[in-house]
Amino acid sequence: MKKLICILSLALTLGACGGKKNKEGSSKNATTLSGTIKVDGSSTVFPVTEAVAEEFRAIQPDVKVTIGVSGTGGGFKKFSRGETNISNASRPIKDKEKAACKENNITYLELEVAYDGLAVLVHPENDWVANFTVEDLKKIWEPAAQGKIMKWNQIRPEWPNEELHLFGPGVASGTYDYFTEAIVGKSGSSRGDFTASEDDHVLVQGIAGDKFSLGFFGLAYYSENKDKLRLIGVHNGEEVVKPTLETVSNGTYRPLSRPLFIYVNSTSIASPEVVEFVDFYIENAGELSKDVGYIPLPSENYANQKENFKTFVESNK
Amino acid sequence: MNSIQKNRLKDQAFKYWGICCTCMGLALLIIFIGDILIDGIQRIDWGFITSLPSRKPEKSGIYTALMGSIWILFFTTIIAFPIGVAAGIYLEEYGKKNKLAGILEINISNLAGVPSIIYGLLGLEVFVRIMNLGASVLAGSLTLSLLILPIVIVATRESIKAVPSSIKDASYALGASKWQTIWYQILPASSGGILTGVILALSRAVGETAPLIVVGALAYVPFAPESPMDEFSVLPIQIFNWISRPQHGFIENAAAAIIILLFITFMMNGIAVYFRNKWQSKWK
Repeated sequence: MKKLICILSLALTLGACGGKKNKEGSSKNATTLSGTIKVDGSSTVFPVTEAVAEEFRAIQPDVKVTIGVSGTGGGFKKFSRGETNISNASRPIKDKEKAACKENNITYLELEVAYDGLAVLVHPENDWVANFTVEDLKKIWEPAAQGKIMKWNQIRPEWPNEELHLFGPGVASGTYDYFTEAIVGKSGSSRGDFTASEDDHVLVQGIAGDKFSLGFFGLAYYSENKDKLRLIGVHNGEEVVKPTLETVSNGTYRPLSRPLFIYVNSTSIASPEVVEFVDFYIENAGELSKDVGYIPLPSENYANQKENFKTFVESNK
Repeated sequence: MNSIQKNRLKDQAFKYWGICCTCMGLALLIIFIGDILIDGIQRIDWGFITSLPSRKPEKSGIYTALMGSIWILFFTTIIAFPIGVAAGIYLEEYGKKNKLAGILEINISNLAGVPSIIYGLLGLEVFVRIMNLGASVLAGSLTLSLLILPIVIVATRESIKAVPSSIKDASYALGASKWQTIWYQILPASSGGILTGVILALSRAVGETAPLIVVGALAYVPFAPESPMDEFSVLPIQIFNWISRPQHGFIENAAAAIIILLFITFMMNGIAVYFRNKWQSKWK
């Protein structure tokens, strides 16, 4: 019993401390808003939204932004039930999800907030690969390659007669979905005999420790491990392009870069804090997405998004 | 070599094999804890405990997740403790030993083996949707309570069983009613064992991630819960979130948060051991 009281009082005092902390500084801002903004969805988009929420707190400390990570699909499920104001998504909304929204009379606006590049990587001592074409990658990763394309010289005859070791994100991840869609042509369809891990750090270790490895994952993980991996450019139909801030942002690194989205529920527009938050999001997403390892859109795109959002707010008032 | 010598040799071999096995488990634990300590210990300071999550790893902290875990732990205790102990007392002292009791017993043991994510799905449907509690501290605590109830019940029954029947008989002989016997004799005598079981169950609950993610615990909450109906995050979710980030700083943060979570479980297990020893010395 004593212990119970102890825990209770601890929880209460600590809870009370938190309360005080929240209320500090609220008087600084003239147009202080309050309320709760619920965001859920993709864990890929999460770092961007978290960064925006963190900065937003500095100017609107009484607005409580909460972010869940149910995944893009899980997020849309809640969004279509009207349980969230904003949904993070690493792919556009699917027809099925659109129908679910319509059924519940939910209208929304799609906003692009940043780009994510998928990097194709090999071991630093790999000196034979200069670039890949989409066909090369398809040959390696398509379902028919399972058990057949096992050596480097089967991709291009001039490459060594050595075993090929493949690494990639787990099949449940959006990164895997996007890669297979862009390379194989069908989302979620690839060979199964590769080392898959949900933890991209494992992939980094795997590729860095094996001279005959090949793998892919989000560009942010490459930026953190540049010395351990060699980045390979991909032919976009016109030229060979390596993913960098510029090439992903201006769209020349094709087809392995993807936009990240947020979806805003139209009824939430009635709350001024949501409007302010989304405005703030569009204004700062460029800078903040760089901070968390993603790539900003070209600035005119943000201007367009802002314009779209303005019209959306006007038409839903 | 005669048969006595052979048996001695076998004896010795088994002893060293046993030592080997014990050491292997210990060595793994030491490697694991050492690795985590190297990664995370320099990251732990007051700021880490009192800061909100941030995009900058060096500015991030576990305040909201730690508070969420404490709230969850508190409500799980006050829900699971009375229900679990009462159920244990009923089954051991009041329930008749018939077929129904047998079925109940098997089911409770089976429940203890159900994967925790199943409890999460149950919690999502019953507490979050049907009872309309939302993804709140209360819904999370109710879900975790279900998860640990079987353990609490079994622990309660075992400790009640371990109370010497002489104590019970003496109480009845003095004219005490059943309730008086339970309240004044059996419960105090078995409290050490019951508390041990409850604390061990809770230290399992504090590390659970899957059921809470399903229930809808959040990854970013800028405030500590202020009521049972508030949304929350917990330490394991914060750790999971940090581990999946590319920046190396977040890996250190995750290690530091793991140290704190380990510290909480070690403390709870320590308390459990303390109660057990106290209880054992009293009734020997």
